[in-house]
Amino acid sequence: MSVWLGRVTVVLKASVNDPQGLAVLDGLHAMGYSEVEQVRVGKHIDVRLEADNAEQAEQRLHQMCEALLANTLIESYTVEVGAPEEAAR
Amino acid sequence: MKVGVVTFPGSNGDMDCIHVLEQIPGCEPELIWHKSTDLLSADALVLPGGFAHGDYLRGGAIARFSPVMREVARFAGAGRPVLGICNGFQVLTEAGLLPGALHRNQHILFRCAWVHVRVESNASPWLAGAQSGQVLKVAVAHGQGNYYADQDTLRGMHAREQVALRYSDTAGRISADSNHNGSVLSIAGVTNEAGNVLGMMPHPERSADPLLGSADGRVVFESLVHSLIGVAS
Repeated sequence: MSVWLGRVTVVLKASVNDPQGLAVLDGLHAMGYSEVEQVRVGKHIDVRLEADNAEQAEQRLHQMCEALLANTLIESYTVEVGAPEEAAR
Repeated sequence: MKVGVVTFPGSNGDMDCIHVLEQIPGCEPELIWHKSTDLLSADALVLPGGFAHGDYLRGGAIARFSPVMREVARFAGAGRPVLGICNGFQVLTEAGLLPGALHRNQHILFRCAWVHVRVESNASPWLAGAQSGQVLKVAVAHGQGNYYADQDTLRGMHAREQVALRYSDTAGRISADSNHNGSVLSIAGVTNEAGNVLGMMPHPERSADPLLGSADGRVVFESLVHSLIGVAS
């Protein structure tokens, strides 16, 4: 059993309007970053967890996303599991 | 008739609900702490507004794991009346007891204002005393009341008359101007398929006294009493 670092990213689905992203887009345009076409704001969640291996850690993180970390009606998520030694840092 | 009002850490509309329910003939309101699994033989339940568990992650996301929620789900599943107001509505959607989700208002502002809603369906015990098409002046106070459901869900809800309240103007006309938070189809309140569970973003308990600007919200609590007494007799 080792400690793994799960990196969860939650974003609103493309079909759901993102008022925060639109506000940030307006702000960037106002600052002169006229090249910016779109901004979507999401959440980044770090989860340290014990697991036998990376696959098990990833599977548990997916369950956590479905149960709580994301509302899959309006949000989608991705899960990345770092190497255990990375988590120990 | 006992009405249980659930208090989560961060609820702020619970005492307003108690205050109004005490004035409705036939109602005996009681507070139920979120850690409790005893619904105190309540005949109906209210999940009040506020910021349960700080609204961390998403409004209602953590509150749905409060111990009381398992009993609330059982109560709702038995066809008994449950009302979620504002944050309580968010809790009920997160718990899967109501369809759809509530996310950040389209204009990003926290909106605290008087608005008007049109009663689309009075099939719920919480709106049985209102007329379909009736316009209610009610208070809103939320930052995340932007209702969303996908097209298939909306079609099914429409067919089953689950859309209970929509934002309108004073005459009951529905337009982008009266949709103050960007909700799909201007939806302000929905019910479950059976109709016994109602969630609404406006605050009927803060719109229940003419001295405060409107008493239109009283119809929600009066409807409940009439519906339950009607069922019992």
